[in-house]
Parts: sequence; structure tokens; C-alpha cells
Amino acid sequence: MTAFKLNQKDVRADAPATSPLLFVLANDLGVNGVKYGCGKSQCGACTVLVDGEPVRSCQTALSAVAGRSVVTLEGLREAGQPSKLQQAFIDEQAAQCGFCAAGMIMQAQALLDRNPQPTESDVRTALNGNLCRCGAHNRIVRAVLRAAKEA
Amino acid sequence: MTDNLLMDRRRVLQGAGYVALAFSIPATDAQAQAPAAEKPRLPGDLNIVRNISAWIRINSDKTVTLLIGKVELGQGILTAVAQICADELDIDLKQLKVVSGDTALVPNEGVTAGSFSMPNCGPAVRQASAEARKIMLDLAAEKLKAPADKLTVKDGVVSAQGAGSVSYWDLAVGKALEREAMGNVKPKAIADYRYVGKDVPRLDIPAKMTGEEIFVHELRPKGMLYGQITRPPTYKAKLASLDSSAVEKMPGVLKVVRNGSFLGVIAEREEQANAAAQALFNAAKWDVEKGLPGNDGMEDWLTKTKPARMIDTKKQPRVGGDPAVKTLEATYYRPYHMHASIGTSAAIATMGADGVMTIQTHSQSVFETSAAIAKMLGLEPSKVRCQHVQGSGCYGHNMADDAAADAALLAAAMPGKPIRLQYTREGEHRWEPYGSAMVIKTRAGLDKDGNVLDWDLTLFSTPHGTRPGGEAGNLLSARYLEKPFAMPTPQNNGGPNFAADRNAIALYDFPGHNVLTNFITDMPLRVSSTRGLGAYANVFAIESFIDELAVAAGVDPVQYRLRFMKDERGRDVIARAADLFGWSKWQKKDGRGRGIGFAKYKNIAGYCAVALEVEVNKRNGRIRVLRAAAAADSGHIVSPDGVRNQIEGGLIQSLSWTLKEEVKFDDTSVTSQDWASYPILTFNEVPAIEVALIDRPGTPFLGTGEASQGPTGGALANAVFDATGVRFRRLPLTPDRVKAGLSA
Repeated sequence: MTAFKLNQKDVRADAPATSPLLFVLANDLGVNGVKYGCGKSQCGACTVLVDGEPVRSCQTALSAVAGRSVVTLEGLREAGQPSKLQQAFIDEQAAQCGFCAAGMIMQAQALLDRNPQPTESDVRTALNGNLCRCGAHNRIVRAVLRAAKEA
Repeated sequence: MTDNLLMDRRRVLQGAGYVALAFSIPATDAQAQAPAAEKPRLPGDLNIVRNISAWIRINSDKTVTLLIGKVELGQGILTAVAQICADELDIDLKQLKVVSGDTALVPNEGVTAGSFSMPNCGPAVRQASAEARKIMLDLAAEKLKAPADKLTVKDGVVSAQGAGSVSYWDLAVGKALEREAMGNVKPKAIADYRYVGKDVPRLDIPAKMTGEEIFVHELRPKGMLYGQITRPPTYKAKLASLDSSAVEKMPGVLKVVRNGSFLGVIAEREEQANAAAQALFNAAKWDVEKGLPGNDGMEDWLTKTKPARMIDTKKQPRVGGDPAVKTLEATYYRPYHMHASIGTSAAIATMGADGVMTIQTHSQSVFETSAAIAKMLGLEPSKVRCQHVQGSGCYGHNMADDAAADAALLAAAMPGKPIRLQYTREGEHRWEPYGSAMVIKTRAGLDKDGNVLDWDLTLFSTPHGTRPGGEAGNLLSARYLEKPFAMPTPQNNGGPNFAADRNAIALYDFPGHNVLTNFITDMPLRVSSTRGLGAYANVFAIESFIDELAVAAGVDPVQYRLRFMKDERGRDVIARAADLFGWSKWQKKDGRGRGIGFAKYKNIAGYCAVALEVEVNKRNGRIRVLRAAAAADSGHIVSPDGVRNQIEGGLIQSLSWTLKEEVKFDDTSVTSQDWASYPILTFNEVPAIEVALIDRPGTPFLGTGEASQGPTGGALANAVFDATGVRFRRLPLTPDRVKAGLSA
């Protein structure tokens, strides 16, 4: 049994300590905002924040988050409504299939948390390890910049 | 939290129930009773599924349900057809629910592919909605005792001036829609549209941005278990022996499923299933064959392998005139490409107590995949039900159908339990059906001014279509079963321009114009439909070659193209893209170049031209795309932002193909097994992109999803030539290849 904070709530996961955090979140705790993409930290689809830092949950063991705070896409909502960043993604229609979106938003949130006014180049560099196959890149960049501007 | 009326997930899982209000108006029109041959041709897929109620239901909860056979792949189709439906019915978009791709509920519209959804589904929805509205107006006229042509409708409420109002939902029209459309109701005037032609936010996007359940990967039916597949080491390897006893004792493992050379495992947890599948692979002994040509030998293999068919795609020898004074030739190569979806394919299958195998899948072809899976399992066709639930973008026939089949094979071994399967990255990368490698040879006979007199294009390709098509042998795992299903020999179906030869006929007018397709049915690597099929490679070759001819003639590439382009809409997009790019004002700088490319997709769908600028680092061979400008004509535009998104996304994907992508394989198997060994374009490599749309209100909807890839490939190669003076004809344009080309 591993205890940690998930989106501000205390949770306990009854899973082997070596289980990837990704599968514990998705399959044990019903989190939608993490996606399996590669299992090798190559695509960023599974990105979550652990104590505020972006982490690839596919390569993070459950035991590594014991006692720590994990935030997923769902945890960004504010009073049940989309956060500024999430709303900016909606307003910019920053997706085609949207499968990469959860990881993109979490990575972008980490950027905005340490650099609230990033340049376009800052955004591209921060997201360079997150893969998108549909070609929504420029919309995603615009969404992050929009969120920064409106913050 | 959002008004997401796209789909009520619980409803889908339980099998939706609709309220058909009990009131019947018999279809007295003789036309509706007439035999098929005498029936009017109806728009799009309404001609195939003619009952209005198959498409539209009026629900008791003051909503309308639109049922369509086409499915959401991230292209925005559900929103676009919802816009059409809401407009024709005069309802608010919020009053509309869309159900798509459930074989038990929706009209069979075949496969969602080939940029056919707007041309075939759009007009069907428009007509069905217009006729449904007319039926309701007639009912309202009777009820309100007012002439139908004096009635107005807003948000489903029909009003007669001074004579009160009645809503669709009060009219009890359920049965009234249970009749065939007749094609005699005219859709609205364009000026009366509230949603069509406007930027309506996509219905599915809020859920995806906030973590609401929307993907098949997020469904968690009670008691769900996890499956994984163990593939052989190579395509034709046979399982020689296996001692699975140690695997069966691994933590969480509930069952090892073996059927011939098909191996799978069911476990309590996903990571346990994945670990057990890997352990099974290690424990198994396989008879392995060799003999693949390898990625570096593929160009040679294509031109030296005897084709199954040589097809005269176009034969137009020049009649009379002077002989050519000069002949130019070139050979172009496109390697195998992956669909490379970001999420690996997944499905959930459950063998029910009623003997029905129900599968949640992100297949593009739920009906045909159901039929294929039924054959594989030896079930009656009615005993397999596929329900489309969104997955990661597919860009053609990826492994969605294989995942559905594999989940079903495992579920059949453990009845009553929902079995979820999501492939590993390696499982998807190494086993998906790739876009075929192709060789294209071009030759042009020119007059003294460098104008084309004779244009010959000869292409060599393996198949582009091995979709399930109702045949078990097209499902990967079915070939490995103890009683294996043979793979049907793929066809190059359809008329000219359909598959390998898609867009092989240039839209330019040349006096002599011949196209020969060498269709090879041997397949070193598994292949199937990948966005654009042959169009990307053919357009890359055509647009590169016409650029070579322009250079040889000393004529500006835009002007040279316009010499041979009689199609006015083609001329317009070329001119618009050039204008947007600033072609006439562009100043050449050292190391920089510009290029343009054009195509009308399939010669029947959307027009697109792309102009872009590159910078080539001559020291290391790296190409940087600085900016791109695209112009598109998709006919009457329903969703401007949807078209822009498709054009821009297709452009970026094509830059990735053209600059970076090649499936690598040796003499035994595929070695591109992850994103490191098959890199794709990243944020820092994506240029600024402008898209200009040319709207043609009142003209047919033209498919857009595959319009920009070919033109982008051509434009990029042309820009690299402009920057370096060296012509690159073999893709991808990797730094190594460019560096070698520059120092040759």
C-alpha cells in the first residue's frame, strides 16, 4: 500500500511498489489525464507533476511518489471548470486527436509555474520532448502563450 | 461540467435506448414504395441507407440524436456534420447528440477514410435533416392549423404568426421519420445557415483538455482484466515449442492463450500482462525465416520484382506535332512510413453470456472489422458488435483493427470478462501496416522553349489497402492461428488514381501523358492505407519533376506550372499560395531557398498549394524549414478552422515524413521500434505556417484531410534544390543524405 497526494487528495494505492505510476493512476485510481504512449519517456503523453516537477509517469515507480504530491490533468481544473491553461487549449482548438494533449498541458503548466511569461522559443523548447503526430504544434504553442498573457 | 453532447459513454457501453414517440404517419408517397431501380438518387450515403430514422431520432428529452457511420479520428468530422444537421433542422447545437460508429445503431457508411466523410456523410446528413424538418413542419401545420410555408422554426420550436407554437418534441414524430427520404426537399439557402461556414468549437475538445472520459483507453468496465500479445520475432516465424509453466506462475497471470503461433496472456494488471508477454517471448522457441531486402535494398527490390499487374493508369499518346528536342528523366524514392500514432492501439472485448462478442474499438471500419472478427472466431456476423470509441489519431489503417481482433481472441478464451488490450510501443511500431515504399520514374520530352510535349510517369509499388474488409485473413493474428486464415491478395482497387496510382495522373495538361503502374503484391513489409496512399509519393515526384523542368527551361516555377494548369481552381490556389508566401518579392539569400508544390487530392477532392522557405546548413546537411504558406480550396467550407487544422496538420506531418522518416529493417525484421529509432518532427523543427482558404459556397464539400501532404513534400524538395543547387530525389532528406549529396 502506497500513500500519496493525488490532485490535493490523500490516496492509497494497493499495487506493487514497482508498478509504473502511469498504470496505477490510469488503472487503479481512474485517472484519464495520463496516457501510455511509449513506456520509455520518449513521447511525454504520460506527463504528470510530482511536487511541481514534470515527470514521465511511465518510467516512475509507484514507490517513488510515496508521501509526495502528484497532479494530473484533472487536478488543474478550478472548481470543476477548465483552468486558464486548459481553457486556452480549448479556445485555440489546440488538438486534432488530442491524445497528446494531457501530457502537453502538464508540461506547459510546469513551464508556466517557473516562467509565467515565456517567449515562443521558451515554449517550443519546453515542449520539445512531447510528441504530437497530428501537427497541432503551432496551435499548442499559441495556447500556452495565450494562457500566459491572460494570467 | 461542459455541455458535451457528443456521446453519453454509459449509453454506449450499455447499448443505447432511444425513445421513439408513438405516433405514426404512414409514408403514402408512392416513391417510397417503389423498387430500388426507380428510386431517386439521394445525396451521399443517404442513397445507401435511405430511411430518415436511421440518421435522425427525435428524443423525448428535448434533444435530437444524429446517427452516423463515419467516426471521429481527430479530424473534427462529428462537429462538422453536427453543424450541418443543426442548421437544417433549425435546432441549437446544444440540443443535438451525435452517435457514431456503433454497428448495432448507426447507418453503415463503410470506412472512414480517403477524405470521403464530408463528400459522402455531409450531404446525407444535410438531406436527411432537411427532410426531417419538412415532416415536422407538415405535422406542425396540421396541429396549428396554419399553412406550412407560414411557419418558422427556432431551436426546434415551430411557430405560426399569431397561431401559437409547438415544438418538435410535442409533435410526437418518432414514427414519422421511419420512412425513406425522397430527395424532394431543398436544403437551406447558404445565407440562412447559423453554424455552417462558421468556426464552431469542436464538441470533443473540452473533454480531452480536462481529463473527462472520451478515449477507448479510458473505459474501465467492472471486472476488467488486461491482455497482451506476444508476437513472433519475424513475420513468418512459426512457434516451434513453448514451455509456459513459469509464465503461468508469474504474479497476476490468469491465463496464457496459445492458438497455433498466436500467443497472448491475460493478467490482473496491465504491467503484469506486459511482463508476462515478454516472458512468453523469451520462453518460446521459433523457427525464423530470413530474406527481407532491408531498407537500403528496397528501391532496387521494387524495380526488379515482377509486378502482379501492370496497369495503364493513363494512356494519352501525343498525336502529331514535332518530335521533342530534349528529354529529361528522373527517379524518385519514398521509403516505408509508419502511421506512428502517439497512443498505441487499444480495444476492450467482452464475450457476453448472450454469445455476443462486444468490442469497443477505435477502428475506422467498425462494420467490416466486425465481419472479419466474426469469421476469425467462427461466429455468426450478428454475434460480433463493434462500438467506435475514439483513439489516438490513426492517419489511415494502423493497428486499431488488430487490437480489436486480439482483444476478441483473448476475451473468447475467458468469457464474461472484459479484456482490455493496449499494445506496447514496440508492438505497434514493428507490426503496424506501413505506408508502402515506392519508386517513381518520370520522363519528359520538351520543345525548344522547354515546354512539355510528352510526359511519362512509371511507378512501382506494393499494395496500399489491406484493411479488414470483412476478411479474417486481413487481421494480423488470424494468420498465426492453428487453423490460419490466409491473407487475401490485395487489389489496387478502384478507378485510376485510387491506390498506388493515387494522384499519379498530374493535373497539368500535357499533349502526351502516360502513366504506368507496376503493382507488386509481394510484400517484404506489411502495408496498408497510410494517409494519402500513393498520393504523397506521386505528388512529391510530379512536383519535383515539374520543378526540374522549370529550372531547365529557365522559367519561374510558379509561372511554369501555370502554363500547363487549365483548371481555374488549380490556378487560383497556386496563385494564392504564391501570393501569401510573397513569391514575387522574395529575395534570395545564401543558403536559403524557396519551393512550391500543388495537387488536387485524388484529382477529385480538395485543392492545395504549399510554398515554403528553407535554410540548409552546408556544413552538417541540416535543413531548417523557416516558414510555410498554404492555400486550400475544399469547396463549400463547413468548418473553416477544421479545414485550416487539417491543412496545417497535414503539412507538418508531411515535413516530418520528408525530412526524417524511414522504417528501417534488416534481412529479418523491422528495427524501427520506438521514437528514438523512428524519430518524428518536434516543436523546435515546426515552422510558422499560414493557411489561406478559398471558400466556394454552394459547391460540393471536398475532402481535405489528405490534401496538403503531397504538395508539402514537393515544395520542400524544391526549396532544398533552390538553396543548394542539388536535387534530392530519395527520401527522407536527412542531414547525412544532404551532406553526402552536397559533397558529391
